[in-house]
Amino acid sequence: MLHTTQNLTTTTTPLRYDGHTSVFLPAVATIEEVKTETALEKIYTVRLPRGQNLGHVPGQFVMVSIPGVGEAPISVMSSPSRTGETFKLCIRNAGDLTGLIHRLQPGDEIGIRGPFGRGFPVAQFRGKDILVAAGGLGLAPARSLIDEVLDNRTSFGRLIVLYGAKNPGEILFRDVLAEWEKRDDVEFMVTVDRPDDAWSGHVGVITTLFEHIEVNPYKTIAVTVGPPVMYRFVTVELLGKGLTPEQIWMSFERRMKCGIGKCGHCQVNHRYSCQEGPSWTYAEALAFEEAL
Amino acid sequence: MSLYILSKERLPQFVKALQGKYRVVGPVVTETGFAFDDITDPAQLQMDYTTTILPPKKYFLPQREVLFSYQNKRENGGPQRLEMRPVYQDVQPTVIFGVHTCDMNGIMLYDKVFSEGFRDEHYMERREQIYVIGIECLHPCDEASFCKDMGTLTAPPIYDLHMTDAGDHYFVDTGTEKGERLLLDNAYVKMAEKEDIQRLGQVLSSKWPRFRMRLKMSRDQIPSLLTLGYQARLWQELGERCLACGSCTNVCPTCFCFDVRDENDITLQGGERVRVWDSCQLREFALVAGGHNFRESKASRVRHRLMRKGKYIKQVHGLIGCTGCGRCERACLVNITIPGTLNALHEEMQLEPGI
Repeated sequence: MLHTTQNLTTTTTPLRYDGHTSVFLPAVATIEEVKTETALEKIYTVRLPRGQNLGHVPGQFVMVSIPGVGEAPISVMSSPSRTGETFKLCIRNAGDLTGLIHRLQPGDEIGIRGPFGRGFPVAQFRGKDILVAAGGLGLAPARSLIDEVLDNRTSFGRLIVLYGAKNPGEILFRDVLAEWEKRDDVEFMVTVDRPDDAWSGHVGVITTLFEHIEVNPYKTIAVTVGPPVMYRFVTVELLGKGLTPEQIWMSFERRMKCGIGKCGHCQVNHRYSCQEGPSWTYAEALAFEEAL
Repeated sequence: MSLYILSKERLPQFVKALQGKYRVVGPVVTETGFAFDDITDPAQLQMDYTTTILPPKKYFLPQREVLFSYQNKRENGGPQRLEMRPVYQDVQPTVIFGVHTCDMNGIMLYDKVFSEGFRDEHYMERREQIYVIGIECLHPCDEASFCKDMGTLTAPPIYDLHMTDAGDHYFVDTGTEKGERLLLDNAYVKMAEKEDIQRLGQVLSSKWPRFRMRLKMSRDQIPSLLTLGYQARLWQELGERCLACGSCTNVCPTCFCFDVRDENDITLQGGERVRVWDSCQLREFALVAGGHNFRESKASRVRHRLMRKGKYIKQVHGLIGCTGCGRCERACLVNITIPGTLNALHEEMQLEPGI
């Protein structure tokens, strides 16, 4: 796709609709289901026109539009293994656009462009132990990978999922987490920074979970998705476990306006996050002065 | 391709012949200096001009460009229904006269940016209908020019026609077949002969001593100088001086960053999604939802601009992102200049002078 040295197998061609050629024109998609997840987040099931499959890889994002309000990048929550004619987005009410999206109902139409960016190279992860460290809303994009691993369980080694939330009220996907806790092929732990009276689990930031796990650095891939501040501390823990920067993947949030590597907003040094990111290895990130 | 001779007396006829079929634009005199504008009377066209405040980029990338129109309606409290139709703005056969070689280098960069990777059809549709007629620069525009340093004193291979002033006539070089057709169908020209070609060589070689060099390093050293100087003290000083007004990026022939906005019509049920010129010098440029700003300080934004011009654009597109046109220097209210910045960085890094 681009004249870069990046692994091109982890990007995909964005959807084209009605034979039009403008890469700025969104597809008209329909919201099929809205599920209130927490006070801040809702999960949207989105149907593309004419039964098209989004065709994404884990870690990619789409541009979501309400014409008249604007457009914003949202990571895809569904794994490719769970994406047919619909896919899921987990959207936090964080501004004008997402605030209005939160008022939408099943049957309402929204604009979708994408998928964009470089996702996680799942094919390279096969046979490896996968350690996912997700903070806050980062669990939504992380699920695109976790569910892909679970649906192809025998292709991967151990699956370790560490999840940190600010408080129990912000914990996402409680029903799914309960399932992971029951399964013996997922090693799952959750912690909260600020517990309430009902909380009996781990307390502390996500890095406090690392002392409870052993990893084989020879065959582990770590994927961390969360707020920028989390990466500084999680990478220290992962390096301490013996992982190399090449084995650590992270997803970077930037202001993305065009999604096609032109508008300049998402640039991290010379790289366009919407093209060569949002997924980077820590080794790649170390080479950027502007990474964190 | 081929070289022709166009008598200066016949230039107005050429312009007039084009006006029936094309939008013809070029440098004209305005109250504030020269500017690219529509030519309604061939006498307006100033082929011998110094510089313009804005480069001809506005014909390639309009300041406000509609991408699509939309309708967003709910009938009787029913579901939200969307209709969107792409718009290709300002797509019309256009001839641009008098493009300096620095600005041609800017256009060459735009052509790469908008055709590589994801093809930007809005740019490309318009671009395909534009004819670029260059004019050879025989004198520096003014003290702010540093085109010789940047290697933009010769025409890059993007012109349809390229003219060189030879006193009572122009040499006209044809860069493309469509340019040659434009010339032969609309102007009375004669083919250049051997002695004309020799004279063109003399005109071109005698111009070089008139241009001075301003950089203490060669342009090939700029990317490594910027790499070395990423943490320099200089950025802090420039950040304190910079007003973050965005003038430098507005007037730059290689700046192409844009913002995307929705503009509703008065019914609030329809409108247009547009892109407008944006500037990495403005505070909001790298701000994300939740309030984190990846370039909060003016120092980091001034640095980013210089890094893009001297290094990042070259890393991504293979061309250096500065044409040495001097427009940002003329526009800056606090005298931040690219040669001044690079030379100061060079001194701070205590490098040996370049070759």
